Amino acid sequence: MNIIVCVKQIPDPETPAASFKVDEAAKKVIPAQGIAPVVNPYDPQATEAALRLNEADGGGKVTVISLGPDTARDAIKHALAMGADEGILITGPEFDGIDNFQTAKALGAAIQKLGGADLVLMGRAAADWDMGVVPTGVASILGVPVVTLAKAIEKTGGALKVERVLDDGFQSVEVNTPAVVSISNEFGEPRYPQLRQIMLAAKKTVQVWGAGDLGIADQLGAGNRDLTLEALYVPKVESNVEIIEGDSPEEKARNLAQKLRAAKLI
Amino acid sequence: MAGILVIAEAADGALAPISGELIGAARKLSAEGAGSVTALVAGDAALAQGLIAAGADNAIAATSANLATGTADAYVPAVEAALAQSGADVILLGQTSLGRDLGPALAFKLGTAVAMDCVELKVDGGKLRATRSAYGGNARAEVGFKNSPAIATVKAKSFDAPEGAAGSGSVSSIDAAGEPRVKVTGTSRAESTGIRIEDAPVVVAGGRGLGDEGGFRMLEELSGLLKGATGASRAACDLGWYPPSQQVGLTGKTVSPNLYIAVAISGASQHMAGMAGSKNIVAINKDADANMVKVSKFAIVDDYKKIVPALIEEIKKLG
Ligand SMILES: Cc1cc2nc3c(=O)[nH]c(=O)nc-3n(C[C@H](O)[C@H](O)[C@H](O)COP(=O)(O)OP(=O)(O)OC[C@H]3O[C@@H](n4cnc5c(N)ncnc54)[C@H](O)[C@@H]3O)c2cc1C
Ligand SMILES: Nc1ncnc2c1ncn2[C@@H]1O[C@H](COP(=O)(O)O)[C@@H](O)[C@H]1O
Repeated sequence: MNIIVCVKQIPDPETPAASFKVDEAAKKVIPAQGIAPVVNPYDPQATEAALRLNEADGGGKVTVISLGPDTARDAIKHALAMGADEGILITGPEFDGIDNFQTAKALGAAIQKLGGADLVLMGRAAADWDMGVVPTGVASILGVPVVTLAKAIEKTGGALKVERVLDDGFQSVEVNTPAVVSISNEFGEPRYPQLRQIMLAAKKTVQVWGAGDLGIADQLGAGNRDLTLEALYVPKVESNVEIIEGDSPEEKARNLAQKLRAAKLI
Repeated sequence: MAGILVIAEAADGALAPISGELIGAARKLSAEGAGSVTALVAGDAALAQGLIAAGADNAIAATSANLATGTADAYVPAVEAALAQSGADVILLGQTSLGRDLGPALAFKLGTAVAMDCVELKVDGGKLRATRSAYGGNARAEVGFKNSPAIATVKAKSFDAPEGAAGSGSVSSIDAAGEPRVKVTGTSRAESTGIRIEDAPVVVAGGRGLGDEGGFRMLEELSGLLKGATGASRAACDLGWYPPSQQVGLTGKTVSPNLYIAVAISGASQHMAGMAGSKNIVAINKDADANMVKVSKFAIVDDYKKIVPALIEEIKKLG
């Protein structure tokens, strides 16, 4: 299949709370010192899904798209090193402060410019804004169905069988291609690129497109944002912890049990 | 403002807890000037009547059988019909399997935006303002809406259902629905042994620090003794030590028990996102600097392998 995978570069979501700072006036995250941005953790899983589908199918093509600053090239390179064929970086000052809805428009336009695809794979959410709306948005722009939160995906003829994650279990669905599918963490570990593949990836082409190439410049900018960011801050957490002491584990446990009983918690 | 449309949910013929929470959120907004509360549920008039009893001003039964698929494709025309009927300019959904898909689908269909997984809602200058967590829970963002209707999905346990509400409004029905482009071929519910983690008054949860699957048997004994449920961090679930249906956090369940005992869980923001609403937190961790220790009411800094069995014995002694 001709598959397009969308990958986003984000601040490391495992940044410890102590290193996480916000510029409240600018309503922006201050990049943590010495913690490099990473690929959104679900997106290599989407890349993995694309590679496995084409491996099982005995051929096909995987194109990776990322919208972001120039450093987002690293997110593309990672997917290329995993085995994707080509990359497209969508970048430029017009995209500064872009929201998820504009992102969907830009990615949708890029996919249309590529002539569409049999399948577009994405992550279930980008772990920066944790919105999970771009897959549905791109599907709506392309006019194709979307299946979210996939944990397994298989091609049977012209259709896809997808196992998806529900709040209280799992669901099997079938959908015809072309379609958009978002991948959840239950999908499993993505492959880790070997040194040789990283070197090969350096030779693969990454095209760079701007807002003008996509014909969407007039839909960008703060005035065109459907969701407006009014405030961004770090919630305050107060620590009032009482450390339960004792000379032995048994004594600590006894003291805790008594405290819990006194507080009517057990 | 012209009113609020709540997309309620039901399971096994009864309204789901999120429905009451959504009506609670809508009542708050209504009191702040957002207009009347209309609630829609897929099902019959009797089910919709329950929404009035739960505090909605008006209720709509969406009767099309297509809605049973729970797909956004089926729901979008039903919600559009309900919007036309109620004139609402705010739509509230749960951050559930349905809301996760339907919220964005409506936003793109109606040319507006959706704020996902909101924990607070208010009327500000005649418009909806939503608060949601971002950056895995490290930050809070307040967002506004340029276009109408403003759409928000609401995180479980963020609002209380109205108490003794019982409105006196009317129930109507609509049969609009779309054809799902996705065919549902099977659904399997996670096996829940005992009490649902979302409903449990006590949750004992374990993390990567347990070291192996066996640690969870110990936690199950403790939670059984306290008539609670057993949960896990994502690290523990990813390692295959505990079923994903019991995962607590951003990508798992949201719980707010009276007592949450976190055993060998560091307290990463994404885990906290699912349990920070717990009334009382107890941490058992060998690291005094762990975030979970800082946010807890009581903490024991020691090896859980020594503490948990002793705690079980002490609780048994207290009877
Ligand atoms: C996008 C995204 C979504 C995520 N969603 C979730 C989510 O929904 N839920 C979730 O939980 N996580 C989630 N995470 C992962 C999260 O960031 C953390 O990695 C995870 O919560 C860590 O799990 P843990 O606390 O069990 O493990 P660790 O962080 O490794 O902590 C283990 C703890 O055990 C303690 N310990 C070790 N040995 C012992 C012992 N013998 N006795 C007592 N204490 C001991 C250690 O001191 C440490 O504090 C998500 C991450 C990302 C990027
Ligand atoms: N800037 C971006 N560039 C490429 N893909 C993106 C971008 N933003 C979101 N996506 C894709 O959409 C998925 C869901 O993101 P979101 O809806 O923003 O939470 C991500 O996992 C990516 O696959």
